[in-house]
Amino acid sequence: MKAAREVGIAGYGAYVPRYRVLTEAISKTWRPGGAAAAAVAEKSVPGADEDVVTMAIEAARAALGRAGLEPPAVGAVWVGSESKPYAVKPSATIVAEALGITPAVVAADMEFACKAGSEAMQAAVAFVGAGMVEGALAIGMDAAQSRPGDALEYTAGCGGAAFLFAAADRSLASVEASLSYVTDTPDFFRREGAAFPEHGGRFTGEPSYFSHSLAASRRLLAEIGAEPRDFAHAVFHQPVPKFVRRVAAELGFTGAQIENGLVAPRMGNAYAGSSLLGLAAVLDVARPGERIFFCSYGSGAGSDAFAFQVTDHIEDRRGGPKVLDYLARRREIDDYGHYLRLQRKIRR
Amino acid sequence: MQLPRFHRLRSAYYRLEGQLCSVCGAVQFPPRTSCAACRAGGLERHRLSGRGSVFSYSEAAQAPEGFAPPYLMALVKLEEGPVIAAQLTDVEPEEIEIGMAVEMVTRRIREMSPQGYLVYGYKFRPRIELEAEG
Amino acid sequence: MRDVFIIGVGQTPVGEHWDLGLRELGAVAIGQALADAGVEGVDALYVGNMLSGCVNGQENLATLLADAAGLLPAEAFKVEAACASGGAAVRAAALAVAAGVHDVVLAVGIEKMTDGVASTVAAGLATAADQDYEASHGFSFVALSALMMRRYLYEHGCSREEFAPFAVNAHKNGVGNDHAMFREPISAGDFNRSPVVASPIAVLDAAPVCDGAAAVVVCCRDRIGPLHEPVRIAAAAAATDTIALGSREDILTLGSAKRSAERCFAASGLAPGQMDLFEAHDAFTIITALSLEACGFAGRGEALRLAREGCISADGCIPLSTAGGLKARGHPVGASGTYQIVEASLQLRGRAGANQLAKARRALTQSIGGHGSIAVTHILEA
Repeated sequence: MKAAREVGIAGYGAYVPRYRVLTEAISKTWRPGGAAAAAVAEKSVPGADEDVVTMAIEAARAALGRAGLEPPAVGAVWVGSESKPYAVKPSATIVAEALGITPAVVAADMEFACKAGSEAMQAAVAFVGAGMVEGALAIGMDAAQSRPGDALEYTAGCGGAAFLFAAADRSLASVEASLSYVTDTPDFFRREGAAFPEHGGRFTGEPSYFSHSLAASRRLLAEIGAEPRDFAHAVFHQPVPKFVRRVAAELGFTGAQIENGLVAPRMGNAYAGSSLLGLAAVLDVARPGERIFFCSYGSGAGSDAFAFQVTDHIEDRRGGPKVLDYLARRREIDDYGHYLRLQRKIRR
Repeated sequence: MQLPRFHRLRSAYYRLEGQLCSVCGAVQFPPRTSCAACRAGGLERHRLSGRGSVFSYSEAAQAPEGFAPPYLMALVKLEEGPVIAAQLTDVEPEEIEIGMAVEMVTRRIREMSPQGYLVYGYKFRPRIELEAEG
Repeated sequence: MRDVFIIGVGQTPVGEHWDLGLRELGAVAIGQALADAGVEGVDALYVGNMLSGCVNGQENLATLLADAAGLLPAEAFKVEAACASGGAAVRAAALAVAAGVHDVVLAVGIEKMTDGVASTVAAGLATAADQDYEASHGFSFVALSALMMRRYLYEHGCSREEFAPFAVNAHKNGVGNDHAMFREPISAGDFNRSPVVASPIAVLDAAPVCDGAAAVVVCCRDRIGPLHEPVRIAAAAAATDTIALGSREDILTLGSAKRSAERCFAASGLAPGQMDLFEAHDAFTIITALSLEACGFAGRGEALRLAREGCISADGCIPLSTAGGLKARGHPVGASGTYQIVEASLQLRGRAGANQLAKARRALTQSIGGHGSIAVTHILEA
């Protein structure tokens, strides 16, 4: 897919909270006899006063600041998440108010499990590309819950990023093309009113994550006539590091290409924020002229694939904390009870 | 907090929006109907930068109902001059010093009840350290 | 403006009165004051109270008390100035007499805090602060005083331990006051080991939650009788300051206390050094220290020296909390200001019992609300 006019990312911002739960603490509670090796050593969790709204606001503010655009230029904002604080009431309006871009703004929340954020990116590209708005913010952010003792509890992390799309000549990375590849596949879901999601175990692998990520990626490469080696960086959705390495290898991307965008080892899976955070981490180090390959995955299921090209503007759009600065900001939680309280899994 | 009152406060709570006096140039927060410095009425909306330093602080032994622990309160001296009451966040009590640089972030101040609405507003945290530029 | 005299006082013991509601508590104090004054009716009744609405669910409080105490159909209304309500009620009564509108007026301070659980009382006390920019951010009443104390320690380079004499002195005097809530002495060690409530404020820095009612009958000179021991209100003044603590010109100066005290000294032609006792608003040790500085007993940052040198004890140069103060007698918030007037009057009448000072001719009383956003000051003279 290509928009009628060229669009790109004018500014971006990321957020990861400072708290890290050691997965060893989770192991100790649920496998007291001996811990199996966890996919990640620690995962990020939100502080008691944080949620998708607060994190989205910080990332969005950074994106707006780096883009050098004034609030009235932003005509749309979408927040993609599977852990919105309200089931009914948009997070996007709170973000819009906090940024000072109300009232002439399109604002809504999106849901498509872990690809709700890249969903927002597709919409942003379309609105800007159609000339309907000057700037459109796409945010993917999550603080997703996981059932205590479930496999996902060891990897369910927290964080995400925001991307302000605008005309390509203002951008730090232009959009070459994008596409969505979607089927109805219930590999992972949460019913209305349920506190925690359900998942299909091994079904979440090949028929789900791999099938859609591979198909979307191959279709996009074919559409734009490119090969993996044409790209300096490749970013994928990161449920566990091993999935990323495998999908990259199957497509023909090298370890070096995925390295900068692979944030999961230090913080776990940020769900709708995961692939966007990986993209932000890549933009933190990318050089003018480099091409970036991006493919998200969301259960339900589908993938959004994008190809970007970095412009000369990137060098002066990096002020403020980078993804690595957020990752370096760490406060360890080694007590499972403390973790439960922070996650509001137990309440007074 | 009553919903209509919270609604009226959102620009102050979300964006730290105070006032700039067009007569004497003073910046004030909280907003008032006249300038506290010169008593004139020429006030314009003005968004404060959010940068400031800790003027005083206190750690409460208990958080009142609806508020999230840990519970650190402070008077923050903003770079434009006003001193405001706000919670500190993302910091441990032993790390706090009077004079330390802080920046505004928007956080959950409280939930009115487990099923009730959420109050978001300003808190302050130590400025995030940036890695040396490579 | 006419001179105003106190001709009768009454007070309930301060404590947890599970068996006495607002009506009963008020009636006891009012009855005593009327009996002490030798009058059966009054021209007006002003009631000082802060929490009757949010803790007890009762407004229109003055009507309730007039009814309960048999004072209908007198003029009556509630006067509210946060923790200074009790002082404000006396001020209102004195103003009515001074202006010649009424001849005999009753002022009652009353508070019944124990009807509420801790969280309700805390929320009620927080209504004195700026709701929008303090209370709604989770700032409790204690927290705001804690911020003042921390800043005081920082600016003046002192330690919390140096505040101990204020609490120790108050409790020492509480021993000798039959109406005090706390009748046991405490040591500096107790003070230093006290558990933290909101750092650096600990339990023993703070006055307790409790119930109590105190009443004062004031009148014009013509109504003084041969059996009265009249105490003249030599001066009275009230002043305000910013409601938000951060907005003060100087967070460590209680501007309202300073202004109202200065006006009292100017109106009476008296000076701080001529006061024989000071019933200060010792809700927290930091407020005690700042009150001493505001009223001119010590320079900015110098109040701890007075404490250290023993000036605040009964044999010192400015005896403080002579009946135990808010700290040991107790702080039924809206009533405290009236208790101060009752206690100072008894001192000046030579009827303070075990706590009687050798010299008690002039007393300064000061009731403060909202961390210094409102102060009501009186000078009484025997």
